[in-house]
Amino acid sequence: MTDDRTAATAEAVQESEILPGASVLDTDVPESLMPEKVAEATVERRTVEIDSHALNFGPQHPSAHGVLRLVLEMEGEVVARAVPHIGLLHRGTEKLIEYKTYQKALPYFDRLDYVSPMCEEHAFALATEKLLGIEPPERGKWIRVIFAEITRILNHILNLTAMGLDCGAVTPALWGYEEREKLMEFHEGVSGARFHANYFRVGGVSRDMPAGMEEKIAKWAEEFPAWIDDLESLLTENRIWKQRTVGIGVFTSEQALAWGFSGPCLRGSGVPWDLRRSQPYDNYDKVQFNVPVARHGDCYDRYLVRVAEMRESVKIIRQGLEQIRPGPVKVQDPKFSPPPRAEMKRSMEALIHHFKLYTEGYHVPPGATYTAVETPKGEFGVYLVADGSNRPYRCKIRPTGFSHLQAIDELSRRTMLADTVAIIGSLDLVFGEVDR
Amino acid sequence: MADPITPSPEQALTPAQLRAVRTQGGLGALAFILSTSLPEIYSAALEGGELVIRTHRDRLLPLMQMLRDDPRFKFEQLMDVCGVDFPQRPERFDVVYNLLSVTKNLRARVIVTADESRPVPSVHGLWPCATWWERECFDLFGVLFSGQPDLRRILTDYGFEGYPLRKDFPLTGYTEVRYDIERRQIVHEPVTLKQDFRDFDFVSPWEGILTLPGDEKAHEIRQIMKPLK
Repeated sequence: MTDDRTAATAEAVQESEILPGASVLDTDVPESLMPEKVAEATVERRTVEIDSHALNFGPQHPSAHGVLRLVLEMEGEVVARAVPHIGLLHRGTEKLIEYKTYQKALPYFDRLDYVSPMCEEHAFALATEKLLGIEPPERGKWIRVIFAEITRILNHILNLTAMGLDCGAVTPALWGYEEREKLMEFHEGVSGARFHANYFRVGGVSRDMPAGMEEKIAKWAEEFPAWIDDLESLLTENRIWKQRTVGIGVFTSEQALAWGFSGPCLRGSGVPWDLRRSQPYDNYDKVQFNVPVARHGDCYDRYLVRVAEMRESVKIIRQGLEQIRPGPVKVQDPKFSPPPRAEMKRSMEALIHHFKLYTEGYHVPPGATYTAVETPKGEFGVYLVADGSNRPYRCKIRPTGFSHLQAIDELSRRTMLADTVAIIGSLDLVFGEVDR
Repeated sequence: MADPITPSPEQALTPAQLRAVRTQGGLGALAFILSTSLPEIYSAALEGGELVIRTHRDRLLPLMQMLRDDPRFKFEQLMDVCGVDFPQRPERFDVVYNLLSVTKNLRARVIVTADESRPVPSVHGLWPCATWWERECFDLFGVLFSGQPDLRRILTDYGFEGYPLRKDFPLTGYTEVRYDIERRQIVHEPVTLKQDFRDFDFVSPWEGILTLPGDEKAHEIRQIMKPLK
């Protein structure tokens, strides 16, 4: 009887391998490998064919995208359970922010999701502006929109190419780094820093774009779609890429909503939801763009959504460059933004304002707000509680990757180990943000 | 900011303002429904344009169930759970749930209070993603969640003690970690600071303190704290 069962299982495996387009993996898994059946089989046959064992994936593994320690309970090559251990990069950002003035809290947001720094700053700036009741001038808003979109492309390039690298495609990463370099020059041009820009401010941005920057960005925006085509020529129809991603890590719309997904991961599962469209902030209501949505909710669809989003970002940047006009870039109130350097050297009032702003900062009236922005990874929120002093009473950061990573057990259950790598890549995790 | 109660003529508003008015009107209606139809809700109101619902933690689960499933609300997503510490209050913690409805395009915030010993019911049965948020809240504040099968620490180090986001937890912490090259292992030691922890208070004395040294008499007269003899 024992032999019959084994033979039957082997046959079933062969059959399922032949099936064309068989993507759901639970049919590929021999019944004897199911967790409940293993215990049964051990009692009955007193032989264990494949032992269940735990595998430490990370925290030093390059495919873990940072310091993710994933304890995988394996049954052979199949993942029975994935238990993420996070917090290896926990720096206590929220606690530190409680001890800083609002102005000094802002640079911490660059260090959260260090792949899309300006979008994170955007969330904190908007939250504080909401509590203060101030609004940046039009040019400041446009610069923010343009640079948020540049940051989005910066993030998607890294994510897509790194995901390709995880699945064995090396070329996209090499091409992507070259393209990212151009974008980081824009970051450097406006803020002086390539990564930790600290460019957005409460009430606008820290300084205007240098002369010629708009033309440079416009020129780049003309050239960039060709690069996306190149990237797609490497991956989109690539047989190996599709084998590694199509039907892997499938999440339905209901699951994605219940697990708190947002951004491309939610749109990849068929939910047309984009905060830039549905709850527009800054000047996103003055630009036309599409919200790409895919239906299958697998790794390939998340990839497609990100590629399409890059094209939409280029559109937004172009429209922003068309509509941007000269003018002030930050609130013209010396209580919130420092006076120009030259004025500070001559005017006593300006000097006092400068000194007060950089020591005491500004007092934010008591209140609380949950303000979220659409970062490249999804919804990034800041729950800011102000008590009327010059420091945040509580600044809760709602990271995007936190809920995405939580679902990894659900996503990678009964998949092969190599597919777990593709799933991690498709979730776009950055641990500076997850661990805070 | 547009006044939600008396909206001005629509042509005078920009599209963004118009949307804000409509959203706020919708939220105001929801707040009214919540505060009148359910007895267990302490308050449901717009605070700074955001719908905030305060309730008792024992009534949390039915409320959340209703907010998620009732077609009037449809908050399908739990975006965030977080704690806020107010040490001077008898129940020192606020547990804040930020909900999002993608069908109705609304946000809401549910706030319950808790202290160190009395647990808050877990909502992981409604939204599976609540598990990690509750673990985080437990880890950083020590808020307990009843019915949560996986209430372990999540962000802090293995073997960490204390609840770091409580207001009485020092910024520097109590222990520090280093690699001991002779013992060839990680060691935990009490924090030694080369200089005292400096927490500068930049608040202006002209705004922070009413009475400056030497001005007591003048202020007493001005504020009529002590009647003149």
